[in-house]
Amino acid sequence: MKLHRLKAIVSKEVLQIMRDARSIAIVVGMPVIMMLAFGYGISFDLKHLPVYVFDREGSRQSQDLLKHFQASEYFEVVQTVNSYPALVRAIDAGDCKLGLVVPHDFSHRLNSGRPVSVQALIDGTDSNSANIAIAYSQAVVRNYSQQIQFDWIRRHGQSAIQSPLSIDARTWFNENLESMANIVPGVIVIVMAVIGTFLTALTISREWERGTMEQLISTPVTAFELMLGKLAPYFVIGLLDTFLCTALGVLWFGIPFRGSWILFLISSTLFLMVILSVGYFISVVAKSQLAASQISLFATFLPTFLLSGFLFPIDQMPVAIQAVTYLFPARYYMTIVRNVFLKGSAIALLLDELIAMSIMAFLLVFVATRVFKKKLS
Amino acid sequence: MLIKEFIQVLRDKRTRFMLFGPPIVQMLIFGYAATLEIKHVPTAIVDYDNTEASRDLISRFAASEYFDVRHLRADQRQIPMLIDRGDVTLAMQINAGFAQNLGKGQTAHIQLIVDSSSSNTALIGLGYVNQVAGNFAEDYQMSRLMRLSPAMTSGMPRVVLDHRPWYNTDLSDRWFFIPGVIGNLIMVIVVNLTAFAVVREREIGTLEQIMVTPIRRVEFILGKTVPFFLIGLLDSILVTAFGTLWFGVPLRGSIGVLAVGTILFLICVLAIGLFISTISRTQQQALMTAFFFIMPAIVFSGFGTPISSMPEAMQWLTYLDPLRYFQEILRSVYLKGVGLDVLWRQMAAMAILGIIMLTISVFRFQKSLD
Repeated sequence: MKLHRLKAIVSKEVLQIMRDARSIAIVVGMPVIMMLAFGYGISFDLKHLPVYVFDREGSRQSQDLLKHFQASEYFEVVQTVNSYPALVRAIDAGDCKLGLVVPHDFSHRLNSGRPVSVQALIDGTDSNSANIAIAYSQAVVRNYSQQIQFDWIRRHGQSAIQSPLSIDARTWFNENLESMANIVPGVIVIVMAVIGTFLTALTISREWERGTMEQLISTPVTAFELMLGKLAPYFVIGLLDTFLCTALGVLWFGIPFRGSWILFLISSTLFLMVILSVGYFISVVAKSQLAASQISLFATFLPTFLLSGFLFPIDQMPVAIQAVTYLFPARYYMTIVRNVFLKGSAIALLLDELIAMSIMAFLLVFVATRVFKKKLS
Repeated sequence: MLIKEFIQVLRDKRTRFMLFGPPIVQMLIFGYAATLEIKHVPTAIVDYDNTEASRDLISRFAASEYFDVRHLRADQRQIPMLIDRGDVTLAMQINAGFAQNLGKGQTAHIQLIVDSSSSNTALIGLGYVNQVAGNFAEDYQMSRLMRLSPAMTSGMPRVVLDHRPWYNTDLSDRWFFIPGVIGNLIMVIVVNLTAFAVVREREIGTLEQIMVTPIRRVEFILGKTVPFFLIGLLDSILVTAFGTLWFGVPLRGSIGVLAVGTILFLICVLAIGLFISTISRTQQQALMTAFFFIMPAIVFSGFGTPISSMPEAMQWLTYLDPLRYFQEILRSVYLKGVGLDVLWRQMAAMAILGIIMLTISVFRFQKSLD
């Protein structure tokens, strides 16, 4: 390996990137846009869920129950309707996600000491939101019911009754239970995967498409030098983007960075090595830029998005799919990034992930060089 | 012209596969992997009370499918480590005196630590804890009152919530995501193909060749868009059939309404693709620019998380996203089975967006040809 040859390729590649204003805009703009879009756009925190109410009784007590709903930040009672069909129409049209029906004998039954049930019609289309909405509305009704029972018990002579059970819950690592704290570190992984594979896969397959790769080969450059020289600039870009995203996450979104910077740097380097090799590999295999882009989408972006645990927890997937997730580097990097950010985990706890990524990096660099050599001959 | 474009797309075996393979694989992954349902939350319980009451509470957690009680005899000091390592998400501690407090009619406290680094899991887990603990408290109170004054319990008022999820009775994530994936797929495929088609000709230099032939501008634009329109249509039929037949997601509404929505959406995404092709010189630029459009468009569409949970400024932005309307149409037609009487708003919004975007794109496109 000759250093001057390597330098020549690197400087050529850098020049090519720098000359293209759009590339720079993409390299800087893409992470920012993705951080903002994902950071704000993906939120599992259910708030102000639109609620329609059909109060068939309209008594003081039924209004009291509805006030409990209104008081919760999770619900927003937007309208009161006077008929069942109107409620059905609102749910059909998506104007409300939750429809409450208070029966006509609500207070009557309560005053005579009988159980009464309040109907909650829930738009189940969005299953996760529906699940959370059910849990919240059950909690509201349970509190109301308990309050009524205490009143009842007091009126019947038992004094000073207390709620039998109280749960003192403390949430660790993400005290306010905001999904943002979970999503934002994850976006770093997505950005790196996209920048790492797409940029490399396309630039190099462009050289193949235009035939300039053959020209390079006729020079005394070795396959390994060529690969290293091609990838080095993207490695630097990838690292810069990692820092850009991290800075945005910490300074703009206020996500805590509790772990070790060194661990973060080591794992980011490993992940970049893997992802750049994959991009390089794709460019060698694909014949055209179109094919390269499609394969990148398919082989890196989607798995990073779906199988890394970014949005969907891996331990809830079917076992066969769980097994598949081990094949994708994003899974390991996702675990490390989230742990480093939120938990501040020590290196010892993340050793498995680091080893897995090291093996992948080593294997992929090796395979990419081999395939490249084969293609040349 | 049309024929040439078709041949170009379908000639390459790999491209041909790419048009129809990834949609199927994506559907499969989404169908099986995309689940936000939380079950078997790993839980540690430390019981310092060790009475009948505390064991009753624990057995309720152990019996629930939502919890996987793994570390029962753990020591209090082990809890931080178990949570740090990610071995458990929930750790519960029942202190000595739990049963005593309950018996005296005082409030018994339970300490709970939740690993909230994954907020959705934590949120749903907490909901389940409250449910189990709430049931326990209610039962306990009833049995206590029963002992104190049996007469009172016979006429105790009580309010219960009778919840009925509509459209997706089992609250299946699959039913939620599969119709959504159809929208995403059509967008990704059509925007990319359209953006690439023109840019490639420009990059290779064949665009000039075409321009000197007697083909008119309009013919050229049509030739560049109609094939992708048809491919998009074909793909949507493919994924719709797959979602319905393989995953059994019910298609309750009319196929006609779905078709109208799909055609309107295709016009919008073709216009976006065409627009990208006019502002890109290389295929790489085209791809990255397409990404710029597609990523936020998918997030803003409410594909994964509800629009009502977004910041308000962002909620306004979603109205500019054609995918937002198409997602609403897809999910409504699939699961709700509603028709044009409900969905005309979304249709109209897409039609307006489509016309505006197409006009801008065609205008820019003509200019870029000069």
